Amino acid sequence: MLSGSWTLRDLSTDAAVLRSRLAAVPPAAQWTLAAVERLDSFGAALLWHAWGQRWPQHLDIAAEHRQIIDELARAGARPLPRPRPFGVLDLIALLGGTLLLFLRHLTDFVRLLGTLVGDLYTVLRQPRSWPLLEISANLHKVGVKAMPVTALVGFLIGVVLSYLSALQLKAFGADIFIVNILGLGIIRELGPVLVSVLVAGRSGSAMTAQLGVMRVTEEVDALSAMGVSRSLRLVLPKVVALTLAMPLLVLWTSSVALFGGMVSAWLQLDLSFGFFLETLPRVVPIANVYIGLAKGAVFGLLIALVACHFGLRVAPNTESLSANTTASVVTAITLVILVDAVFAIATRSIGVPL
Amino acid sequence: MVDMRGIVTRFGSNLVHDGIDLAIAAGEIVALVGGSGSGKTTLLRHIIGLTRPAAGSVALFGEDLLAADGARRAALQRRFGVLFQQGALFSAFNVADNIAFPLRESRVANAAEIRDLVALKLAMVELEPEHALLMPAELSGGMVKRVALARALALEPELLLLDEPTAGLDPDRSAAFVQLIRTLQRRLGLTVVLVTHDVDTLAALATRVAVLGERRILSYASLQDTLAVEHPFIRRFFHGEHGRRALARANGEP
Repeated sequence: MLSGSWTLRDLSTDAAVLRSRLAAVPPAAQWTLAAVERLDSFGAALLWHAWGQRWPQHLDIAAEHRQIIDELARAGARPLPRPRPFGVLDLIALLGGTLLLFLRHLTDFVRLLGTLVGDLYTVLRQPRSWPLLEISANLHKVGVKAMPVTALVGFLIGVVLSYLSALQLKAFGADIFIVNILGLGIIRELGPVLVSVLVAGRSGSAMTAQLGVMRVTEEVDALSAMGVSRSLRLVLPKVVALTLAMPLLVLWTSSVALFGGMVSAWLQLDLSFGFFLETLPRVVPIANVYIGLAKGAVFGLLIALVACHFGLRVAPNTESLSANTTASVVTAITLVILVDAVFAIATRSIGVPL
Repeated sequence: MVDMRGIVTRFGSNLVHDGIDLAIAAGEIVALVGGSGSGKTTLLRHIIGLTRPAAGSVALFGEDLLAADGARRAALQRRFGVLFQQGALFSAFNVADNIAFPLRESRVANAAEIRDLVALKLAMVELEPEHALLMPAELSGGMVKRVALARALALEPELLLLDEPTAGLDPDRSAAFVQLIRTLQRRLGLTVVLVTHDVDTLAALATRVAVLGERRILSYASLQDTLAVEHPFIRRFFHGEHGRRALARANGEP
């Protein structure tokens, strides 16, 4: 004998208690639901499952309530397909899929590169079609606006590196070698890599997200529909701007990092600024600066290309946007460090005083 | 059901609503109409509790939504379902999980009951069980709206709020969707508030029409009485060429 209101709202406080009490009723019992005032589909589901998904033998129920339970029963009788469990075959498929995806990424990346070269050829032949406004806007965004954060990080790294080295060098009485360590380490290696990691996290992710949202809102399609090349308008300015901005950022960050090192060396080892600046060009050949700048340009090119590649792959949903932005940053940083290793091998005999 | 009094809304220096009173009784289908920028959707968002009016009060089911604290407010919000303009399905979930989400959150139903309820809601909005595993990105516009409607109905709401339910659907699908809303409204005894531009939708559904304009409610009456109101906007909206044809179509139906 049931009565009252059998709705989700009224049952929400004690559904579990009710469920166990209903389950305790013997199957042959007489069910009287005539006194039930309201019944919604949740109440129907609760009863239907308490009955073991079939009608009890002795049931007294209002016609409209019977219909509600009947509808639920009919819907439940056509079960929803369940996702298949993960098996060995799926593992193999996953492996193959990953490999194919990697190949597809590679071909897409090469295609993007090819389109860019084609665009470059176009703009070189028709100087009026240079997207100058976009390039300068991007330069401001990825270059000028990145200066404070790269300076702060560079300064702190310079101070820390100098401080730690000074502690060791003091023990050997080799104080003046701090200039060699800082000069070579920062200008040749740390400056470019540090800036690349910062820029990949800061500008690379922003580029991917921007292109991705433009894909989601169909802005990219609108551009194509107007006959405007999306690679010329969206990709080329970003790539050119970052390739130009990165060497400048490297120069700026390396300088600030050296300044930080200088301050620390002055406090720790009593090396004067004048001595530091005088010794630096003697112990660090100028070739190192060129290597640092070249690295900056190459890393900038890579970060921008990777960011645009992933940005243009975003499918119109939020999941894809977040996945591609993450992939963009991770890939860019990994690629930069890989290429840095290549640089280290290729330039091993240049600019290192023996 | 809904009782709004003296609603004032400002966006910066732009006054959108200036003292709006709107009372919606149980079982009604109220259409909010008005020109672009007249604050229809904003008014709907006030009812949902997503935005706060600068002044005035909103009472839902006899309780003040703005004064209610966290838990009370959540309980009130479970009593209505919202169909957003773009569907707003969670793109990380498939169709079945989208509909099951509010049920799982409420922690009342167990897994087997949720499965049956999801199947029932899918059948209610005339979708097949096979659609349950599709992701929102794979659905057509009309299906997105249907799934969103099923999700809005998941918690057995008393009040259903629809923002432009037929925007972006072709006339055929739009008519079918309106028919579906009407059937469900009758069957479940829902109160419905809808924002719309479309005279077809309005003529087929609304029992009362609230016309927004000049920062207030110009008229709040049944469709027949609204048509008789002498106001330039109402004349243009209902007696313009498109409006006349839509009304003729609606009247032609038995």
